[in-house]
Amino acid sequence: MPITKTDVEKIAELGRLELTSQETELFTEQLSSIIGHIEKLNEIDTTTVPPMSHCAPSGGDMEYAKRDDRVRPSLGQKVAVENAPDAEAGYFKVPRVIGG
Amino acid sequence: MELKRLTISSLHRRIAYGEIKAADVCRAALDRIERLTELNAFITVIAEDAIARAEKIDRAVEQGKQLPPLAGAVIAVKDNMVMRGVRTTAGSRILFNYKPPYTATAVERLQAAGAVIVGKTNLDEFAMGSSTENSAYGPVKNPWDTTRVPGGSSGGSAVAVAAGMAMGALGSDTGGSVRQPASLSGVVGLKPTYGRVSRYGLIAFGSSLDQIGPFANSVEDVARILSVIAGRDLNDSTSSEVAVDDYVSALAGEVRGLRVGVPREYYGTGLDAEVNEKIETAIKKLEGLGAEIIDISLPHTEYAVPVYYLIATAEASSNLARYDGVRFGFRAEEAATLKAMYSRTREQGFGAEVKRRIMLGTYALSAGYYDQYYGKAQKVRTLIERDFRDAFARCDVIATPTSPTPAFKLGEKTDDPLEMYLSDIYTITANLAGVPGLSLPCGLSSSGLPIGIQLIGKQFDEARLLRAAHNLEQVLGFDATPPTARDI
Repeated sequence: MPITKTDVEKIAELGRLELTSQETELFTEQLSSIIGHIEKLNEIDTTTVPPMSHCAPSGGDMEYAKRDDRVRPSLGQKVAVENAPDAEAGYFKVPRVIGG
Repeated sequence: MELKRLTISSLHRRIAYGEIKAADVCRAALDRIERLTELNAFITVIAEDAIARAEKIDRAVEQGKQLPPLAGAVIAVKDNMVMRGVRTTAGSRILFNYKPPYTATAVERLQAAGAVIVGKTNLDEFAMGSSTENSAYGPVKNPWDTTRVPGGSSGGSAVAVAAGMAMGALGSDTGGSVRQPASLSGVVGLKPTYGRVSRYGLIAFGSSLDQIGPFANSVEDVARILSVIAGRDLNDSTSSEVAVDDYVSALAGEVRGLRVGVPREYYGTGLDAEVNEKIETAIKKLEGLGAEIIDISLPHTEYAVPVYYLIATAEASSNLARYDGVRFGFRAEEAATLKAMYSRTREQGFGAEVKRRIMLGTYALSAGYYDQYYGKAQKVRTLIERDFRDAFARCDVIATPTSPTPAFKLGEKTDDPLEMYLSDIYTITANLAGVPGLSLPCGLSSSGLPIGIQLIGKQFDEARLLRAAHNLEQVLGFDATPPTARDI
């Protein structure tokens, strides 16, 4: 199924990417070609095949990795904001959220 | 001093006997890094800290202390593994100034074992690529022919080892990003079993596929590095509790009776004739050592590329959501609202390939397409994993080419993403199935470019995989040095 310019604009919005018009054009063409290749998967009947979400390291059945729910030391506020482009009094600062 | 000729084990002995100083080895590496800047293998060089750590080893020798296993070994680390206080970019503009507050477990274990980390190596942005051309810090060049790519995405790490700027290196492998550059750059590279090495501190790309792995100039050195970095880590819940073998001692055995599977699907259209010939010769040598060669089939091989590019991009689109200009890295200046700031930051901070993959992954996960794409890919992944399980009922290791061709020209595939994706055709299956794979140099093409053979093993069977590779390495006797590294 070919991907349209409208699809690309919608996906970019979902992925929070403000694409240029050239990028939208280019991605429309390239994603269509890639999806065309991916359609190959429809050749296989997978109705009875279970999905594989991760490699069970034991080679056995899927199981969720769990750990004990214990409090451990963490970075702390001062270090946590050290890399922030904008911070004040230990908090991250961002442009206005409501009314945009 | 010639780092290419110095193995980690011989270095350990010579440092311990006081024949050689760790600080001198480290300075020789730093000097070489400086002379070979045209290859663009490093994004950040950590000279002072490296020399300080090397001098500490020398003091330990003077005090007669027992040396740790990697004492003085000069190691380079791919710039998608964090080191506290050292800028970590992941090859992206969006992390141009990021100084991590913690260190990746694999790197910490190397340092605890006495390794001297000399720098952070160049890579495709967020490890997305097969040529190391997608870096915001410029492409890496192949030391065998500087008009060609070194492979990717761990191109900087592969080149650092190939050109003697480091004795070993860490890379990460999501679809072949250790093995393919190892093949194209003429060094040994291993992707361990999924969960063998902790991913804590590895900047996430495809979390169900990512694995850290070592590069070196010999299988033995790869085994030495793996012995140090492998094992359970409480900070990565997917790291395995399976006991870590003694990979170095395991090399000693022979390969008589080893069953080597040759999957016919890996020897079809698209495979370069010279590559095919070198792989066949290498397989004959294994047979000559007493291995039994078995014809096998991995019937779903042709679906691996589409499955991979759905799963890896879906996981990436989710993992890369964190780069939003709030907590670290780059932020676009002129946005008035939060949402505009997110979108503009990501637009300006990410390169073309990363955007393309976020787009593809977002699409594969979006409402109405999830079952058709992502769900479908997960099911076919099960079939690919079963292929390996069935094959390993009949053989112990699988032998294939690592890459369909030797190193290609810079710029040759950058305009056609699909063409670039197909260069991973022989490596991505091991990531999908979670099994270990190793690339070993097995000769040079007529134009002097390295060719690698890939050996794939069962889950957590690295000991046998490394033994097979070590035996083959001895009979192949590959010891060529890239021209760029010869001149200086």
